[in-house]
Amino acid sequence: MKKDKKPDMNRSYKWFVLPIYAFTFFFVLGPLIYMLILSFLMRDEVWGVTSTFTFKNYLDIFEPVYLSTFVESLKLALISTVLVAVIGYLFGYFMAKLSAKWKKIMMMLIMIPFWTSSLIRLYGWIIIFRANGTLDTILMSLGLTAEPLKLLYTYPAVVVGMIYALVPFMILSVYSSVEKMDWSLVEAARDLGASSMKAFWTVTFKLTLPGLLTGIILTFVPSMGLFFIADILGGNKVVLVGNLIQEQLMKVHNWPFAAALSVALLLIMTVMIFVYRKITKSKDLEATL
Amino acid sequence: MQQESILKLENIRKSFGDNIVLDGIDLDVKKGEFITLLGSSGCGKTTTLRIIGGLETADSGKVLLEGEDVSGLEPNKRDVNTVFQNYALFPHMNVEANVGYSMKIRKRKKSDIAEAVKKALAMVQLEGFENRMPNELSGGQRQRIAIARAIVNEPKVLLLDEPLGALDLQLRRQMQIELKRLQKSLGITFIYITHDQEEALNMSDRIAVMRNGVFEQIGTPAEIYDRPKTSYVAQFVGSANIVRGIAKSVGEVVSFSNADGSGQVLSRGADIKEEMPVTVAIRSEQIEITKRGESEVGFAAVVKEKSFAGGMLRIALTLSDGQEIIASRHGINVSWVPGDEVTVTWDADKAVLVDLEAEA
Repeated sequence: MKKDKKPDMNRSYKWFVLPIYAFTFFFVLGPLIYMLILSFLMRDEVWGVTSTFTFKNYLDIFEPVYLSTFVESLKLALISTVLVAVIGYLFGYFMAKLSAKWKKIMMMLIMIPFWTSSLIRLYGWIIIFRANGTLDTILMSLGLTAEPLKLLYTYPAVVVGMIYALVPFMILSVYSSVEKMDWSLVEAARDLGASSMKAFWTVTFKLTLPGLLTGIILTFVPSMGLFFIADILGGNKVVLVGNLIQEQLMKVHNWPFAAALSVALLLIMTVMIFVYRKITKSKDLEATL
Repeated sequence: MQQESILKLENIRKSFGDNIVLDGIDLDVKKGEFITLLGSSGCGKTTTLRIIGGLETADSGKVLLEGEDVSGLEPNKRDVNTVFQNYALFPHMNVEANVGYSMKIRKRKKSDIAEAVKKALAMVQLEGFENRMPNELSGGQRQRIAIARAIVNEPKVLLLDEPLGALDLQLRRQMQIELKRLQKSLGITFIYITHDQEEALNMSDRIAVMRNGVFEQIGTPAEIYDRPKTSYVAQFVGSANIVRGIAKSVGEVVSFSNADGSGQVLSRGADIKEEMPVTVAIRSEQIEITKRGESEVGFAAVVKEKSFAGGMLRIALTLSDGQEIIASRHGINVSWVPGDEVTVTWDADKAVLVDLEAEA
């Protein structure tokens, strides 16, 4: 009896999820395919594209000007990701060890900034970083620095902005995997002769690696594309792939090249997820939240 | 049997907040001994084990390992290993890496590790399992791997925290025998935790019955079973009846009356005075039932109900002063029916005076 009923249930549920499939198809997969097609077409003189198939857009990426942007972006992404990983891992690890009440409070503190536009939060950093801004005032009144640091529109300012924007994702993905830790394993390691450091590296770190790697994926690729952080905190001194895409799309109107650059970013992401799967032997990224 | 002491606990106290978990316990474990800490959950047995292993620090008191005070040492500095209740196998390592972990930590040669792992796996009868992952093993196999991992380094003392708790009855019986065999062949001292009195009686050289953070009684299985010192031990280990009364004549044999002053039954003697309240433990199968008036000694009782379970007939009786006791018989052919007026009695040698300290 029960066996007869089950397929019916499934069938009726299928109708409920159909709109979700349709939405995904038209608004997620569709634009992706459109972008992919676009990346193989030629730009028209002033506006739009011509329907000529070409690899030129991809080859253009290897032009020294653009390639250096890619290399710069990768460098910034690497620096930001390493710093985010260190800060986020420590934060997520110790957060998972707090009492239930404090976990909730910390979670709230992490979530609250998301209720404000990220652009507005970045302007907050301008106030902090600008000459004679909050940071300078504090440092100078403490007598640590004699004159304004002029941090705004510098590379470190962009790095701080990146870390600020991305560290919550790292914290949450590390937190969720540390949260799942079976601490009796650490006790077993200690019992079998491992010092607390050794137990951490051989057991805790290995078992929370999926969370860290998820955080890295969630940090690395976006940090190449977060053009507005480079714009707002870096002036026009720091140009990222994201800035390049935006510029090609909005100012130069070279849609195919912008599309090709986006596909390249997508490819880097895909490779990283592939590596992640190889390392962790799992199919899904560590669930965040 | 007088062997040297390997582990000593001296007046260990531990509380978590207001909750006193260990209220000053002393224990002297002999080398090569199989000692069981027996008690219901929450009695402090796991905490005791964790303090010995160094996973928990006592508020006061000492842990001596071969005469050396190890109370302040971290777990990795103690030559003691634990088999955890949930096995705690490292899920990201295969069997070989799990079993060889303690040797790898000590930077032993790879060939030595491989050899020791092989030997340990043979000991738990899981040869050739080196490359399996923990999640590919059955519960019983995981249990064996956990044991192999804990003995590979030949610790002075092995701590086992309800290691068979998660296994089904048949496997548990089989593992009991194997553990005992392993302990004998290795000569390692075992400190074993269980709440199962049958398991404790089966395997141990000595049993320490724990309750509310203290040892109620420490002794051989025979002592614990036949000569319980407290009513708790008598009930928990021997499922005995507890009968309270007043001592009438004292000496080698004590006779005592029912709490309401009626009847007389006997018990083996102890250091007590006349008219003192006494508590007697008597196992249900040793209670004799006769028709009222047929026996000179004994307590008047009324049969309350009969039930049949596990090959035994249980007869619940109410004594004239209201106390309830259970008698049991093999087989189902017992003529007593509820409402029968009877006399219960027993052999003086079978009844044990308990809780003497509490009443003195």
